Amino acid sequence: MSRIFKFNSDVDTDQIIASQYLLLPNIDEMKEHAFESLSTDFAKDVKEGDIIVADENFGCGSSREQAPAVLKALGVKAIVAKSFARIFYRNAINIGLPVIVSKEVYDYVNDGDTADVDMNEGVIKTAGRDFNCTKLPEYMQNILNAGGLIAFLNEDK
Amino acid sequence: MAMTIGEKIIARAAGVDEVKPGQIHTVNVDYLMSNDGTTHLTIDMYNNKLKNPKIADKDKLVFIMDHNVPAENPKTAAAHKKMRDFAKANDIKLYEGKGVCHQIMVEEFVKAGQFIMGADSHTCSYGALGAFGTGIGCTDFLYAMVTGTSWVMVPETIRFNLKGKLREGVYPRDLILTIIGDVGANGCNYKIMEFAGEGAHNLSISDRFVLCNLAVEAGAKTGIVEPDEKVVEYCKNAGRDAGDLFVSDEDAVFEKVYEYDLDKIEPVVARPDFVDDVIPLSQVGDVKIDQAFVGSCNNGRIEDLRVSAQLLKGKKVHPDVRFLIAPASNNVFLQALDEGLIDIFLESGVMVMNSNCSVCWGSCQGVIGEGEVLISTATRNFKGRAGHKNSKIYLGSAATVTASAIAGKIVNAEVIYG
Repeated sequence: MSRIFKFNSDVDTDQIIASQYLLLPNIDEMKEHAFESLSTDFAKDVKEGDIIVADENFGCGSSREQAPAVLKALGVKAIVAKSFARIFYRNAINIGLPVIVSKEVYDYVNDGDTADVDMNEGVIKTAGRDFNCTKLPEYMQNILNAGGLIAFLNEDK
Repeated sequence: MAMTIGEKIIARAAGVDEVKPGQIHTVNVDYLMSNDGTTHLTIDMYNNKLKNPKIADKDKLVFIMDHNVPAENPKTAAAHKKMRDFAKANDIKLYEGKGVCHQIMVEEFVKAGQFIMGADSHTCSYGALGAFGTGIGCTDFLYAMVTGTSWVMVPETIRFNLKGKLREGVYPRDLILTIIGDVGANGCNYKIMEFAGEGAHNLSISDRFVLCNLAVEAGAKTGIVEPDEKVVEYCKNAGRDAGDLFVSDEDAVFEKVYEYDLDKIEPVVARPDFVDDVIPLSQVGDVKIDQAFVGSCNNGRIEDLRVSAQLLKGKKVHPDVRFLIAPASNNVFLQALDEGLIDIFLESGVMVMNSNCSVCWGSCQGVIGEGEVLISTATRNFKGRAGHKNSKIYLGSAATVTASAIAGKIVNAEVIYG
């Protein structure tokens, strides 16, 4: 079971990981600063396999790939949002972090609820219901299935 | 089939006759730009994660150090050294301390009709010259660096028909903030924002840069102004040909069409912490400021510095305000020196910074403290973007920022001119 961390709309990449940490040597040094400006204990509390559920436009703002990367490094298994900002969405798939569009889940769950995420079927079981999510185009699903764009590239060449 | 400007550019880059929204195409990338915000991670992946590391075409690569320049701590210095060494070892063009990446790209490289990817969200600026620029992360950058190609899902185009001219005292920053306020931060998510009509042709290249630069703040994949003779002239002055000037076919399909009368645009500001929280400047109320900033890829060009200098001439920055100005490139800096603008700035109490991202990046220069208020021509006003998480950022034109720096609170430049 995944614990749900719930976020509002327009969560921007500066909130996910602030500029002053981006030139640290690696993602592991950055990850403890995730969501620092929101004054949450997210980086301490999140566990392997947990998920983020958000309202519209998650990941808006900069192209910093450090944003999805720190979330993945902290153990986030998937992000479910009503919509994603486009660069974040693409970056997440490229690093093998599933991003799932659902117009419904956000409205039915509370922070701290649990969910079962079936990535293969695109189904999220939570709040006593099964939510079917929008499927990725095949090309993007293939990148995700490979484990990200680099694995995809290494397979290809 | 009829196509929009953006569709024509993707078709050219993909080597096909036509493309339609929703299709995924493999495209050849004309230029790949990466700055010091992420290049150290790209290089680590290149060295450690690839089976067959190679560079498809080094001539397409441009590395620009502009975000934390000069380095503010040893870890940044190490990241910079990694970037510098890699560029040298692989004979990649490297710019260090010469200006903000997008300003350098437009000054030196961009041509109409090109498809350019940059590891920075404001790569969408290149539509100022009729190119398709779009921001990517470092993994996408790496893939394109190795293969010379990338993939793109053809976006739908939203057309903004502009008519008339901006009135005196109203700037393209006011126009684009007004548009973003109207459509919302998600309003053009994964769309092309196409600006056309006689109002668009009335705008200078610098003005167009301002519009396209902030397209990503409405969620767009890119912003493109319909290219014209001004693009040809700009490129000619820069010593290169203008490329392919694509315009949308008359029967091209737009997802939506908006009409804007430039004569009716008023000065506006975006309030903390969202670029789409836009209100008329006249309604901002009594907002005292601690710091002001003119610069960034959005508003650090000579046109902006002239506006600031005109307001500052013979006046002083308010004693309770730090006013920082960072020219967008050294070319802009040299021109400002030549025109005597830097003298005016220094005499009025401005801190003139080297050409870099400066306060807009909020990491190495002019960071603001807890509870402080900044008015800025930066690209974004996100929570904590310029420093402490409990600080506030208002966005406005160079005129509004400069007038506010003189008054000590947010005011319309008309107040200073009297």
